[in-house]
Amino acid sequence: MKDTSHINPLENEAIYIFREVAAQFEKPVLLFSGGKDSITLVRLAQKAFWPAKIPFPLMHIDTGHNFPETIEFRDRLVKELGLELIVRNVQDSIDAGKVKEESGKYSSRNSLQTTTLLDAIEEFKFDACIGGARRDEEKARAKERIFSVRDDFGQWDERNQRPELFDMLNGQIELGQNVRVFPISNWTELDVWSYIEKEEIEIPSIYFAHKRKVFLRDGLIWSHSDYVFQEDDEEVLEKMVRFRTVGDMSCTAAVFSEATDIASVVQEIRDSTISERGARIDDKRSEAAMEKRKQQGYF
Amino acid sequence: MEVLKIATAGSVDDGKSTLIGRLLYDTKSLTTDKLEAIEKTSKQKGYDYLDFSLATDGLVAEREQGITIDVAHIYFSTAKKSYIIADTPGHVEYTRNMVTGASTSQAAIILIDARKGVIEQTNRHFFINNLLRIKEVVVAVNKMDLVDFSEEKYNAIKSDFQTLMGKRDYQDQRITFIPVSALKGDNVVNKSNNTPWYTGETLLEHLEALDMAAVSNVGTPRFPVQYVIRPKTEEFHDFRGFAGKVYGGELSVGDEVVALPSQTKSRIKDIFFYDKKFQTASRRSSVTITLEDEINVSRGDMLVKVGDLPTIEKEFTATISWMDSQQLNAGSKYVVQHGVNKVLAKVEKIHHKIHPDYSGIDEDTSALGMNDIAQVTFKLNKPIFYDKFKNHRTNGSFILLDTQSNNTVGAGFIS
Ligand SMILES: Nc1nc2c(ncn2[C@@H]2O[C@H](COP(=O)(O)OP(=O)(O)O)[C@@H](O)[C@H]2O)c(=O)[nH]1
Repeated sequence: MKDTSHINPLENEAIYIFREVAAQFEKPVLLFSGGKDSITLVRLAQKAFWPAKIPFPLMHIDTGHNFPETIEFRDRLVKELGLELIVRNVQDSIDAGKVKEESGKYSSRNSLQTTTLLDAIEEFKFDACIGGARRDEEKARAKERIFSVRDDFGQWDERNQRPELFDMLNGQIELGQNVRVFPISNWTELDVWSYIEKEEIEIPSIYFAHKRKVFLRDGLIWSHSDYVFQEDDEEVLEKMVRFRTVGDMSCTAAVFSEATDIASVVQEIRDSTISERGARIDDKRSEAAMEKRKQQGYF
Repeated sequence: MEVLKIATAGSVDDGKSTLIGRLLYDTKSLTTDKLEAIEKTSKQKGYDYLDFSLATDGLVAEREQGITIDVAHIYFSTAKKSYIIADTPGHVEYTRNMVTGASTSQAAIILIDARKGVIEQTNRHFFINNLLRIKEVVVAVNKMDLVDFSEEKYNAIKSDFQTLMGKRDYQDQRITFIPVSALKGDNVVNKSNNTPWYTGETLLEHLEALDMAAVSNVGTPRFPVQYVIRPKTEEFHDFRGFAGKVYGGELSVGDEVVALPSQTKSRIKDIFFYDKKFQTASRRSSVTITLEDEINVSRGDMLVKVGDLPTIEKEFTATISWMDSQQLNAGSKYVVQHGVNKVLAKVEKIHHKIHPDYSGIDEDTSALGMNDIAQVTFKLNKPIFYDKFKNHRTNGSFILLDTQSNNTVGAGFIS
């Protein structure tokens, strides 16, 4: 039998990108949210450097509004792989008066992460931040480079991006600049899920169907939780749901699902016709939301 | 899984965005929420059809100007293949984006508006895809609905294009013509009833049938070392693995190899992909190689097979595509990034500018501006190990970095 499990082009590309990061930068960091994309990144990084350890730390910008399952999972993964984890809290940025907590029905801490992230980059002098963004997620992302240069203020100038040709990645930057790196740029949501299935990668339990207290608003399924504002007339229901992304609880909607294992999740994704971002409440606010946040230094 | 990357080229309003939107729609790749957004906006604009171009046109600035300004990537898949479309704009001033999009593609779609036929822009689109040695080109003659699906019109355009083909440098490029209507969907995914005279494949049928091995660039194996893995753990105390991607051909355990530039010989001991050993490293796989002997190899070095050496030189001549608003002048210095290797380079001579519309060359050239294409000789401060671009798409190409701004300011194809 000819073993060809090493010729998946997307996986090879991602491994190549990780190695370029390790070689071209002095202080890279992997931005880890505990979601499936960043868990996939960790596996790809392991593959890139085996038998050595991943040569950079992980960093979680914690909104404090996480699903508890995600945090447990994160801590276990880091321990098992012997990785270094840095956590910086949005709460600290709020306490220091650098950002203001949003209020009202659609309040979320998602956009507040930007300030905490930029401060952490400065604190540790990170020159490359590896993230799990994919070009298929959102229109503004479709033009994102694999090595995306940000200025001193973390800003993205989409009109002035470096052309990326062939496999060649230009990571040359000035002091104060940093680069956002997206190794799974060319993956689709289905690619990620199929990879998780094939590689038998463990992911947090909230990705699988479970009974949860939820309520409905604007056609989306919201978690009933202290972190999510809820009107008195919004009735709490108990339903079988799963999450397609696991961001801040206040901006991550669930989908009804009976898929309790990875194979059935992959099947559901294959059949589904709602894009992943459709379940991200913050993007519904405005079509140009992502682009605006990116110009401000969001991941 | 097969992944086919396709570059698109067409002038503004030839219907590129509509064609891509149509491909997504007819392959059921548009999600409900995207489809809803398209329906809503189309209605707002007062159209009585669905404006599929809205599926791709991204950034706010573009929406205001109504044009695509950069390279956008669009994804869809069928049961057979995954497709990545690099959507590049067609204006004269954006040659650089087209070169960029084409550099990573194995196939290209050139759009022609059936009412306008082959225009100067078409020459450019063809020139660039040919310069980049894209193996497979589809010429989609679009808006056939606006010329009553006329076979004569189509044949006239085809014959004009064939005249152009006589001028191309890379003659082995495969070219297929398809009459389509992106807006109405004729011959994009589904066969049209309006073109009974056309017996060929639809666009998607054609892409589905492409043999990936045939559109890939197979040459001779080159292994640029990206990173040296030294775990220094008890278990892997003496492990020295050379991490990199294999280009052009395969490498196998036992192959006799030469490390460049030292020219030291050794043999491949093991090939790892993650924690598993393989007998062979396939083309484009990111592996880790260990050697029988302890030789000094670091990032930027290259492993090649004995008896199959690339050119090792401190000078080369290349066709370059200039991408910066600041001019390139004879005597200026740049960093040449050749794969993962970087060397300092000086522009020795600008031989001539090449008009990308096949209208000839300018002998008398002392500087290059944005979007110029020219023949240039560079002198390097140390040798690189290259092949000619026509023999090796990876090892025959490079990018130019500005020493001050660090920007990528050009791309080159070694002659
Ligand atoms: N009648 C007709 N109109 C088309 C066709 N393809 C595109 N168009 C129209 O041509 C215009 C420009 O199309 P668009 O896709 O935005 O062009 P792009 O600039 O190449 O992306 C739009 O108004 C489209 O609706 C076609 O096959 N037939």
